[in-house]
Amino acid sequence: MNGQPLRSKVRIINALGLHMRPMQGFVELASKFQSRVAVAKEGEQPVDGKSPWGLLSLRAEQGTELTLEVEGPDQQEALDALVVFLNELIKEDEEASE
Amino acid sequence: MEIKRGIPVSPGVAIGLALVLDNEGIRIPRRFVEDGPLDGEVARLRVALAAAAREARDNERAAADKLGKQYGAIFAAHALLIEDPHLIREVEALIREQSFAAEYAVSRVIRRHVKTLENLDREGHFASRTADLFDIEKAILRNLLGQRRELLQHLTEPVIVLAHDLTPSETAALDPKMVHAFATEAGGRASHTAIMAGVLEIPAVVGVGKFLNDVSGGDEVIVDGNRGFLILNPDDETRERYETARTTFRTFETRLGELRDLPAETRDGVRVQLLGNIEFPEEARHCLTRGAGGVGLYRTEFLYLNKQTDPTEAEHLDAYLTVLRVLGPQPVVIRTLDLGADKFATATEQVHEERNPFLGLRSVRLCLRNLTLFKTQMRAILRASAFGDVRIMFPMVSTLLELRQCKMILAEVKEDLEDEGIPFNRKIPVGTMIEVPSAAILADLFAREVQFFSIGTNDLTQYTLAADRTNEEVASLYSPGDPAVLRLIENVVRAAQRYTLDVSVCGEMSGDPIYTLLLLGMGLRQLSVTPQNIPEVKKIIRSITIEEANLIAQEAMRLDTARDVNNYLREQTRRILPEVVN
Repeated sequence: MNGQPLRSKVRIINALGLHMRPMQGFVELASKFQSRVAVAKEGEQPVDGKSPWGLLSLRAEQGTELTLEVEGPDQQEALDALVVFLNELIKEDEEASE
Repeated sequence: MEIKRGIPVSPGVAIGLALVLDNEGIRIPRRFVEDGPLDGEVARLRVALAAAAREARDNERAAADKLGKQYGAIFAAHALLIEDPHLIREVEALIREQSFAAEYAVSRVIRRHVKTLENLDREGHFASRTADLFDIEKAILRNLLGQRRELLQHLTEPVIVLAHDLTPSETAALDPKMVHAFATEAGGRASHTAIMAGVLEIPAVVGVGKFLNDVSGGDEVIVDGNRGFLILNPDDETRERYETARTTFRTFETRLGELRDLPAETRDGVRVQLLGNIEFPEEARHCLTRGAGGVGLYRTEFLYLNKQTDPTEAEHLDAYLTVLRVLGPQPVVIRTLDLGADKFATATEQVHEERNPFLGLRSVRLCLRNLTLFKTQMRAILRASAFGDVRIMFPMVSTLLELRQCKMILAEVKEDLEDEGIPFNRKIPVGTMIEVPSAAILADLFAREVQFFSIGTNDLTQYTLAADRTNEEVASLYSPGDPAVLRLIENVVRAAQRYTLDVSVCGEMSGDPIYTLLLLGMGLRQLSVTPQNIPEVKKIIRSITIEEANLIAQEAMRLDTARDVNNYLREQTRRILPEVVN
């Protein structure tokens, strides 16, 4: 971990996409880490993963694939936590249908 | 630059800064920082952002406590958006680099984001998200504006008002010195708001469809009330073109003003009586200054609206005498109450909600069910007839029996006045509006029982084509140039001629210069129009011969569709007087 950013691809799976609530959860989670978090949609400029306006502008819907890039002292923990967060968004749909 | 198309309802061109009215009445008063250092504006922004974020956090706690944690999360998201340094940077840059006022800068930035989301949102996935963003905009603006929230009545600089819709009373409250034009998303050509714009004599475009999301208060906008354009953030070339057009239009208006004392007479010497339509007594003056030959339609609804109680006989009389004092010996046609039952707060007993108010208990039907109300107005009209050339007219009559009932009640009221020794004109001319197709079809029967007809083309068109003129979805069906409407008008004119009755047209059609040639050619010699349209219509009358008009009407009557008719008439009018048709 010497200045090499970590990358991971995640597909948005919940029905509503990265709407207000998941956006808020993502930003709050990302902000707990010191590392820089960048999120990009295929073929677009990456946005700041700690900026709610940035995330909204991604227009990530169900099925959108996002690339996370994390760089900093706690990058591994940060990346793991964020990937888990996005993968668990599906639970939101289950909650909603209960 | 963005060009939106709507319905032109009041002519003229205005260029200015937008004042956006929304439901919460938050208005962005100005675009630029007026004075003082930009640091002060940035500081103001920061204070407002901090306060708005605090509010969002409070809401978060309240919602979480009351409704559950996931509901609080929405407000947490709002707070994050408000606190986002990216947002602050963007807004600050606009303030520092463009000297924008904080309110305007915030609105600009947020609406730009909304626009990006909406442009890529073909399936409506982000609609709820944009609603959240507008919420945030409002929260910040509320904090920025604080006590300084502007009231429309207290404007200090000229603006162009943009709104979803304006109620007639809101429109009436606009100060034409400060409000140079308005444009609305809703509304149709003959809506009340449109009529009021004409009264205020400011350019107006209605029925534009959704545009408020694309504009921020303080944006520069152009309202082209001649052609029905609303232009947002015009480029230099467009602005220049419109500045020139505005000057030309003013010159044209001045030239029209010079027509005031010239008769409304065709080149071959046929006289046309041009009358004014008015609603408020104060408008009588507009008729005189424009050279009208009297009032062809005095709407009396204003006496009933926004009142706790029904107007008294004295109130009616007072309004009528105000008009008579201004007009002197000129004729004044007073139309009895023409309102739907739904419009009454107080006047009548509790009315049932009607499924179809335009076909329901309204206008003369309502009066015939409320004789006290009807007789009060009749008494006042009769009493006024002792002081000038007053004529009485019944609206929305659909059967002969209704007309006979009205006349019978009028006779009773006359008798009462006679008994009381109150003076009035015993021979007061009685007329009926022809605005329901049944009356137009039976015009020859109606003609034997009245002294004059007035063709109300707004309702006649609406009822003939079964299209609500204020519903944008179907407004395109509504055209007074429709051949079906023209045949009805032709039938009415023929009946009037056979029984040597006065007949006039008093709908918006009569004030729309493209129909002047047609109406003259169909045999009409009396037109009652919004006062501000008088000079234009007069100009056309003075530019043609009656023979030309006859040929044009014959040709128009041969066409199949409203579109063909309107295109043909526009072309012919343009040939004769290019300035009035753009």
